[in-house]
Amino acid sequence: MNAALAFQNLTLGYDRHRVVNRLQAEIAEGSLTAVVGPNGAGKSTLLKGVIGALAPLEGRVAFDSLRREDLAYLPQQSDVDRTFPLSVVDLVAMGLWREIGPFGRLGGKRLARVDAAIAAVGLTGFEDRPIGSLSGGQMQRTLFARLLLQDARLVLLDEPFTAIDARTMADLLGVIRRWHGEGRTVLAVLHDHETVRAHFPDTLMLARELVAHGPTGQVLTAENRLRARRMCEACAGPPHVCGRGAT
Amino acid sequence: MIWEAILQPFADFGFMRRALLGCLAISVGAAPVGVFLMLRRMSLTGDAMAHAILPGAAIGYLVAGLSLGAMTVGGLIAGMAVALLSGFVARVTALREDTSLAAFYLISLALGVVIVSTHGSNVDLMHVLFGTVLALDDAALILLCSIASLSLLTLAVLFRPLVMECADPQFLRSVSGLSAFTHFTFLALVVLNLVGGFHALGTLMAVGIMVLPAAAARFWSAGIGALTVISVCIAALSSLSGLLLSYHYSLPSGPAIILVAGTAYLVSLMLGPSGGLLAQALPRRHTETATEHT
Repeated sequence: MNAALAFQNLTLGYDRHRVVNRLQAEIAEGSLTAVVGPNGAGKSTLLKGVIGALAPLEGRVAFDSLRREDLAYLPQQSDVDRTFPLSVVDLVAMGLWREIGPFGRLGGKRLARVDAAIAAVGLTGFEDRPIGSLSGGQMQRTLFARLLLQDARLVLLDEPFTAIDARTMADLLGVIRRWHGEGRTVLAVLHDHETVRAHFPDTLMLARELVAHGPTGQVLTAENRLRARRMCEACAGPPHVCGRGAT
Repeated sequence: MIWEAILQPFADFGFMRRALLGCLAISVGAAPVGVFLMLRRMSLTGDAMAHAILPGAAIGYLVAGLSLGAMTVGGLIAGMAVALLSGFVARVTALREDTSLAAFYLISLALGVVIVSTHGSNVDLMHVLFGTVLALDDAALILLCSIASLSLLTLAVLFRPLVMECADPQFLRSVSGLSAFTHFTFLALVVLNLVGGFHALGTLMAVGIMVLPAAAARFWSAGIGALTVISVCIAALSSLSGLLLSYHYSLPSGPAIILVAGTAYLVSLMLGPSGGLLAQALPRRHTETATEHT
């Protein structure tokens, strides 16, 4: 199996404080991988490293055949200005940017795809609602619809189900399964281990360093979780000493 | 007759016609820019930029006297320098853009005041501060109309990335390299319109025709297209009424125009159907927003 991306001795951090330390792992093409770990383990930082928002302090993220355009990223806290006068359709249609750019026409065929994406996340009937009037769950559905249109080969999700109701979560998990079925690579930071066990075949456990990576059943063990917690507690001091006393 | 009060001044006096044309050009260019300033929550940035322009205009005046070209170029250079420096500091340091902008515009403003005060109290220079809308020559009118055309053209070309940069900058950065370009082009438009505006309304009042009509329009509609049209109409009507008020009651023209725009804002704040105070106080509307929050 080909690796969609490989973390090669990847070290990421802010202001020289290491948050992810010498990570070595390969994410297989078409895999559905959950990234788990205690708070402060560097999960979100890792995704920022993948999209290139954060330059590595050491090592690199190697992409096999993926280009920048093949990535789609849903941040933990999206920057969407909810007071901005946009409708659901407007926001979802932004997902077509790579196709239409600043001048391309958003014609009938493309609008039909926008409507299909909105239907796929269960928001039919909400097309013309201003984004300011949406609930948290509806907003997350809208952002997933935009991700659908981005048609990305690698989808990165940072805690997509935080503060989301159970029904929305079930629907959005359906979207993730659909991506998996289409052979796209999905990397999702998640907190809830039950969700991970039920829906994610692979898991990468992170505690600033790699704890374990592989089939979810073998990674999410009590032993690994304890080890991850200890490693992060050992790192609770000055972050740069992380990794020395924690083996 | 009422039509005499409105038409007579423009029929009789060329300087009134020129003033009206200049102000309409400023309205058409600056009001849509002001709408995006408001939507980006950058209205105060416009104010800061207006102050930042002062030393450039002052130096231009010192070098070449009351020359349209020198003061325009000076103002553009000062405004762009402050915009670029504060944007640069915000992108490479932990300081946010509003703080770095405040720092640079204060330096620029202090520099401008020092230059103005050490070189005597010249009446012409007061005109720079408070505008010379009743003395616009051909070159100034051509400049104002060119700025308005360029602004509309640029907004049309950049419309999509600009909306995305306002609504979800993180997303635009993730799909396109246009984010920084869009941001700085927009800031350049702000500076350009302020520089154009100061010839007519003065550096202190120029930002008013940009910010007030947009703020007023927000109480009448929420859509971007409607906001733009409404704000241009408010700006144009304010220009017309302000000029007439200043003609009939011998008021300074620039401040009169801005005061009318300010009145339009206050009336909209009270009566505007889109979130105005009266609309919010109506009971039906109140319960509707209350249920949406639960």
